[in-house]
Amino acid sequence: MRLVEPRGGLVVALVATVRRELTLSLRRRGEIINPLVFFALVITLFPLGISPDPERLAAIAPGLLWVAALLATQLSLDALFRGDHDDGSLEQLLLAPQPLPALVLAKVAVHWLLTGAPLALMAPLLGLFLSLPAGSYGVLAISLALGSASLSLIGAIGAALTVGLARGGVLLSLLVLPLYIPVLIFGAGAVQVAILGGDVAPWLALLGALLALALMLAPWAIAAALRISLNG
Amino acid sequence: MWSFVHKLVSPRTFYAIGGRLQPALWVAALTLLGTGSVWALLFAPADYQQGDSFRILYVHVPAAILAQSCFLLMAVAGLVFLVWKIKLADMVAAVTAPFGATMTFVALFSGSVWGVPTWGTWWVWDARLTSMLIQLFLYVGVIALRGAFASRDSGARAASVLTLVGVVNIPIIKYSVEWWNTLHQPATFTLTERPAMPAEMWLPLAVMLLGFYAFFAALLVMRTRNEILRRESAKRWVRELAGEG
Repeated sequence: MRLVEPRGGLVVALVATVRRELTLSLRRRGEIINPLVFFALVITLFPLGISPDPERLAAIAPGLLWVAALLATQLSLDALFRGDHDDGSLEQLLLAPQPLPALVLAKVAVHWLLTGAPLALMAPLLGLFLSLPAGSYGVLAISLALGSASLSLIGAIGAALTVGLARGGVLLSLLVLPLYIPVLIFGAGAVQVAILGGDVAPWLALLGALLALALMLAPWAIAAALRISLNG
Repeated sequence: MWSFVHKLVSPRTFYAIGGRLQPALWVAALTLLGTGSVWALLFAPADYQQGDSFRILYVHVPAAILAQSCFLLMAVAGLVFLVWKIKLADMVAAVTAPFGATMTFVALFSGSVWGVPTWGTWWVWDARLTSMLIQLFLYVGVIALRGAFASRDSGARAASVLTLVGVVNIPIIKYSVEWWNTLHQPATFTLTERPAMPAEMWLPLAVMLLGFYAFFAALLVMRTRNEILRRESAKRWVRELAGEG
């Protein structure tokens, strides 16, 4: 009998990781929908708490939408590694012969696909509720799509650092929210500029730059954090 | 060379050297802070626009500079700890964090008090105030993360990773917040240009700045030595020191 070592290339491993993540997530559809419902609920609270006056709401809509989307992403983060940690498959991920940063990147990509992208698609609808001025809906969706990818990457560092802790939820927010600020500034800024009729390209370019930087550095930090969390 | 470095960073050697340095550091700190305070509060001329309220500067600016230096020191110590697993580096990072957070708070608070007579308000969402506030949150995050782990080594390494992530982010946060809104006056001190203030105003500031640094150094040595004793309490040299033989 010959022992066959299942040692695929990096691409095979990446495809397998993405497929596994997608399968698992699609079996628990509630967890995909929850952030979206949360997003809609928070946006509903603002007119109730501030004023139903369309003009006042329109003035603050970009910021409200962005902050609410950011919090929705943030809340979904704790589950990113939690399930894998609890059933032991995170250890298998660490033991895999393929580089860990690439594998976690695949996980984060799926997280964005199922959280950030739906939030970006849903944001224009909620913008309608806040009477967001016409002409900024496209920019809102694009800025959220770009920005939420950075949010997923940065947030995954925090999720990886706190996955070993029994109750890491609030701590996770404490760690991650300060790091979200540049993304929030440029994301909400892009929408504001679109409303004022300015050129949004530089703002979206800055969001893209943040994403490029996060793509380059975050996977290493996530991998290091996961190793620390599992050794403790 | 390497063995020398290793000997130097062993907690025991640091404890001995630090013990000898400590009195000198305290004397320097108290002298500088004493001289600086008297000079700044009594002899420096009042500002022609702001009057005496500008004297808050002599606490505010050193605290703000030191708060940033502390984060940098924490990041360097964290990197050294992660790469070379030098325990002393982590002890330094651990005792720097609360001090840095305190200095950030002092800078924010003194700035706030200063804001009342100059800007007419306790708080404005100005770029530098905001990035200082965010830095305070980063400090709190690092301290909280370290404390959340049951195992000290995991907590130390997690805090180091977070510090490094934070130190990469601080310039990004700083510049993004600056683009977002700016109203604060430009930096008081730059290394390349002569200060715009008259010498009798900035000289006491320089003395105060040195005093703050000396105070930090003295406190750092003292608290690191305490930390060494706490963490190495099972080692024989510590037990001998405590007279337990």
